[in-house]
Amino acid sequence: MRYLPNTTADRQKMMADIGISSVEELFADIPEQVRLKRELNLPEALAEPELVRHLEDLAGKNGDTSRYTCFLGGGYYDHYIPAVIPALLSRSEFYTAYTPYQAEISQGTLAAIYEFQTMICELTGMDVANASMYDGATALAEAAAVATGATRRQRVVVSRTVHPEYRQVLKTYLEPRGVELVELPCTNGVTTGDNLDRYINRQTAAVLVQQPNFFGCLEDVYSLQRAASGVGALFIVSADPISLGLLKPPGEYGASIVVGEGQSLGLPLSFGGPGFGYFAAREEFLRRIPGRVVGATSDARGRRGFVLTLQAREQHIRREKATSNICSNQALCALAATIYLSTMGPEGLRQVASLCAQKAAYAKKRLNAVKGISVAFDVPSFKEFVIKSEYPLNLIQESLLRHGLVAGPDLGRYYPELAGHLLVAVTERRTREEIDRLAEALEEVVG
Amino acid sequence: MNSIWNEKLIFELGAPGRRAFSLPASDVPEMELDWPENIFREEAPGLPEVSEPELVRHYTALSRLNHGVDTDFYPLGSCTMKYNPKVDEALAALPGFAGIHPYLPEELVQGALQLIYEMEAYLAEISGMDRVTMQPAAGAHGELTGILLVRAYHRCRGENRTRILVPDSAHGTNPATAAMAGYQVVSVPSDQRGGVDVAALGKLLDERVAGLMLTNPNTLGLFDENIHIIADMVHKVGGLLYYDGANTNAIMGYTRPGDMGFDVVHFNLHKTFATPHGGGGPGAGPVGVKKDLVPFLPVPLVDFDGKRYYFNYDLPHSIGKVRSFYGNFGVVVKAYAYIRSLGAEGLKQVSRDAVLNANYLMAHLKKYFYLPYDRFCKHEFVISGKWQKERNGVKTLDMAKRLLDYGFHPPTIYFPLIVEEAMMIEPTETESKETLDRFIDAMIRIAREAEEEPEKIKGAPYTTYIGRLDEVAAARKPELRWRAGK
Repeated sequence: MRYLPNTTADRQKMMADIGISSVEELFADIPEQVRLKRELNLPEALAEPELVRHLEDLAGKNGDTSRYTCFLGGGYYDHYIPAVIPALLSRSEFYTAYTPYQAEISQGTLAAIYEFQTMICELTGMDVANASMYDGATALAEAAAVATGATRRQRVVVSRTVHPEYRQVLKTYLEPRGVELVELPCTNGVTTGDNLDRYINRQTAAVLVQQPNFFGCLEDVYSLQRAASGVGALFIVSADPISLGLLKPPGEYGASIVVGEGQSLGLPLSFGGPGFGYFAAREEFLRRIPGRVVGATSDARGRRGFVLTLQAREQHIRREKATSNICSNQALCALAATIYLSTMGPEGLRQVASLCAQKAAYAKKRLNAVKGISVAFDVPSFKEFVIKSEYPLNLIQESLLRHGLVAGPDLGRYYPELAGHLLVAVTERRTREEIDRLAEALEEVVG
Repeated sequence: MNSIWNEKLIFELGAPGRRAFSLPASDVPEMELDWPENIFREEAPGLPEVSEPELVRHYTALSRLNHGVDTDFYPLGSCTMKYNPKVDEALAALPGFAGIHPYLPEELVQGALQLIYEMEAYLAEISGMDRVTMQPAAGAHGELTGILLVRAYHRCRGENRTRILVPDSAHGTNPATAAMAGYQVVSVPSDQRGGVDVAALGKLLDERVAGLMLTNPNTLGLFDENIHIIADMVHKVGGLLYYDGANTNAIMGYTRPGDMGFDVVHFNLHKTFATPHGGGGPGAGPVGVKKDLVPFLPVPLVDFDGKRYYFNYDLPHSIGKVRSFYGNFGVVVKAYAYIRSLGAEGLKQVSRDAVLNANYLMAHLKKYFYLPYDRFCKHEFVISGKWQKERNGVKTLDMAKRLLDYGFHPPTIYFPLIVEEAMMIEPTETESKETLDRFIDAMIRIAREAEEEPEKIKGAPYTTYIGRLDEVAAARKPELRWRAGK
């Protein structure tokens, strides 16, 4: 086996040093009644060329972005990935290292995380950021948990326009802690602004919103923030980092914690993972935040260096009193985002966000002009919007597939009241020709 | 190594107006955005402004400050720092895997679903479980999922159990997980042989106990020979057994958590199944369960109707979702490729060599370092620096730092907590005898240095890019982001 260096002769010498005549002696302490008395039933080992052929076969059965033009959104997006990112991520000093416990031989990872934390603070307008979370959904759930601890309140209010899967994860995380989860209704694609005080009260630990929301619509974050701060609740915003190239950083409209999914920042779609969650907060929550945090310090000679810090929050020190059980995060994905943001710079990020907004606005107008199709919500939106159709969605989806296009998801699966509604995402990668083709595919169904 | 890095962060490089990006001009008519004025960012974010060559040189320089498995030996106990096959990286990057959106219709992801479906079968077979979810993103995330499954199981039976038992040798994630799931954590002491103290366990077991979290072999690298007795005891009071899969590398093909009596297990694909650790992630922490817990698994599962693979959301008792979409699929692809490369006999040989390598190191090092549990180990073992500390005032931390000068990543230190001055050493199966011999030589030299030149060790490391960093200052006055002019 090519991954196992030792030969039979090597093993013999090692056994002699240990004082055994068979490796089986090392397993003698496994009691008879728990032993597996047969071989594992697994497929025959494949040689590397066979392996490659098999995986290429499986991969070939999938409709990747080179085969179907992607107008799919809902938290994962087909943005362009600059070539420098995979090139630098393939440095195995980065990807074959563990969590940087030994700072002296991990300065590469540590300095990059420090840069990452800085960039996330710059994007969000927050004071501190951690080294990453599993994804946008768990980052939001952990933020809600921080809020319940900080306020000593057990009610979390979340808008119905927050990603449905994030809300499901939120429920999974909060229910065992005895936290009550309350949903803010939505009207015309945005959080309903009336009667907020019916939901947000003095028992509320946090108000959770997404900007732009799951439908791509822009929320009135100011009034939602006022409703939260008015009762002493934290205002927690989940934001697409690409949008922050154009949109006001949530820190400037009073967010306490800002989280989000980072896949947009230079990571492949990969069927929904790995991406990463980012987590940024105001300084007052510093000792409550989950996960790894890197800080700057110096060695005895006064040279600047970076270390994992504030570890007294973490599971390996505090055990059951830790702020979270998180250990491994998505470090390499955060590195990809760091390189992405360095590549784009302030101007590149603004241009990407602007291209998304422009093309999405064009698509919105173009599709709205298709007979039988209308844009569902008459509110400003960023790179996604919702269309509704007089025709069954399956006919529409079939027509799109025939044209080599995919859009969605179908919103009926999450919002029964929105059956027949389809999400459309338009990134900077989409061309006018592709958008027109989408409109034509829709016209074909209607015609 | 001083010339590798110019000591500048990316923010300290470049100049205003430099750029590394390349974007096409807009090809749609200029659209007037109907956005309210107060929604726009007024000030650009303080991101770097660098050209592509500067950027590439910077991150290449940073990479050279890291020690990875590809650099040299990385015997970090409990982390299974084995070699990460290059072909697995290439396969996960195939457009048919890397370029598929999670909301594609099922007919366009049949290959991906087949891979998940088959991977589930392999992991179920390796662990002796009935079904496996790929959704958890890491080991600790798998633990949380598993303990929430335990909770859902008891609640469904109308039982409100409040306690999770955790051995005093457990990973910190175990008690942290149980607390996150709303449980009171009760610690179980270890016995003289390093296993669970069965008598003490007996006193803690009653109808309040939801479950016991255990890894076997445990964090001392020792196989608990009483596992079947422990399982019976826990089951007798209606509790469940949770298997922390961090140490699965020791037992593949020899025994399975399911055969030992465990009800729930998580895997660390980034340990046992050779996917890279990425400097702290992404990993993947699939969770397997016995039949009785299947109804509670996160949605969706992947099923096959004889013709096509599909997502099954029809689990009315499901704990819900623990992550968006379907987990770290890209990591699952790599682990799948690894299992297909090795097959049953290959995986068993992995465990044989991992255990042989660990025992070989232990046999050579126990003359020089105190070995608290002197019996055959599995894939890892724990020695103590207490002789050096008592005789020479040299701590385990000092010796770990000295190892850096010999070019090795140190073992896990000061863990498990039940061994003073602990050094937890896990060589893995992918290291040659020559590498192990080099490491043994380095450790023996350090033991000698501790006797002869203790002050030298206390000042280590000497050859690294940077010396020991002031962690106390870092925590006291946290500087967690770069600022211009500072």
